[in-house]
Amino acid sequence: MAESVIKTAVEYARTEKLKKLKEAGVIFGELQAVDKDIFIFALEELRKQYPGAKGCKFKIIGEPAAFRCKACAHEFPLKGLSKTRDESEFIHFVPEMAHTFLKCPKCKSPDFEIARGRGVSLSYLKGDR
Amino acid sequence: MTNIDPRPSVIEVRLSKVKRVIAVTGWKGGIGKSVTAATLALLLAKKGHKTGLFDLDFAGASAHLILGAKGLFPKEEKGLEPPVCGGVKFMSVVFFSGNKAVPLRGANISDAIIELLAITQWGELDFLVLDMPPGINDAALDVIRFAGRAEVLAVTTPSLLAHDVLARSLELYRKMEVPVLGVIENMSSGAGLKGAAAAIRPDRGLEKALGRPAALLKTAFARDLARAAARLHVA
Repeated sequence: MAESVIKTAVEYARTEKLKKLKEAGVIFGELQAVDKDIFIFALEELRKQYPGAKGCKFKIIGEPAAFRCKACAHEFPLKGLSKTRDESEFIHFVPEMAHTFLKCPKCKSPDFEIARGRGVSLSYLKGDR
Repeated sequence: MTNIDPRPSVIEVRLSKVKRVIAVTGWKGGIGKSVTAATLALLLAKKGHKTGLFDLDFAGASAHLILGAKGLFPKEEKGLEPPVCGGVKFMSVVFFSGNKAVPLRGANISDAIIELLAITQWGELDFLVLDMPPGINDAALDVIRFAGRAEVLAVTTPSLLAHDVLARSLELYRKMEVPVLGVIENMSSGAGLKGAAAAIRPDRGLEKALGRPAALLKTAFARDLARAAARLHVA
């Protein structure tokens, strides 16, 4: 995950002709539950392989997960939905497994949309041109 | 800027040490794609090739049953290292679904495929065999998008319906410039192969060998498939 973030940031900075990458906003979706400390550690290790990201500050932005039921249109958060430790781990690896283990609290349907907070994405990049 | 999904950037890296990607497809359900894909992977591994098998049929995942992949789980090491079963590195959504149904809509299937392609550390492989779902759908389009080097190995049956659907799929692959290794007719009587380059005869012993890689490799099905694979230059 960290490798994909740092690689994407460097590639995007290159296409945007940023001479120096200073800051990148990294959205952390609640559903995937990526460990922030491990992620930052991995970023620091990988930074050595990507000189373009040498001076870049990666700002982690937490995004709560939100779902919208396709069957009854009910909108609901992740908090309060029951899942076992194993199920949480499966969702961590593949967030779409939420459809297997979670259901709409109102109508019990597994047919819902992950509206926000699925996983990791890059929201912005700052740098010198 | 709109949010950027970073995962596609590493898929090429994950597949960079894979020499050949063989997508076993056929578009109709129930024609033996999964048994063909899993047995092909076992045959390739038996010949000494470093081989992986990726079950992309999320709704009808069954390659784990064919391989007898019980009690296995990928190892977490800078992503996920697939467990080895019958000498084949194996990845499937069943590792994460607890063998429950996976009710995914199209965009979710695509997201799950991208996730698994991005996190799976295949390492060095001579062959990565893809067990494709029926139809032209998100899985098929994602494979064409992310595994651009994929070569199609098409499976059909003597049924008119299977042949007709297959003809349409081959036409699309031709338009999309996806190389097609050839067509294997499964459950074949051997008479009048319509466009198929190789045949696999019905094998009553196949069902009993499912879940046991060593037994599977001894079936008439595996022998016919080995001949077909050689004829189609898979190995």
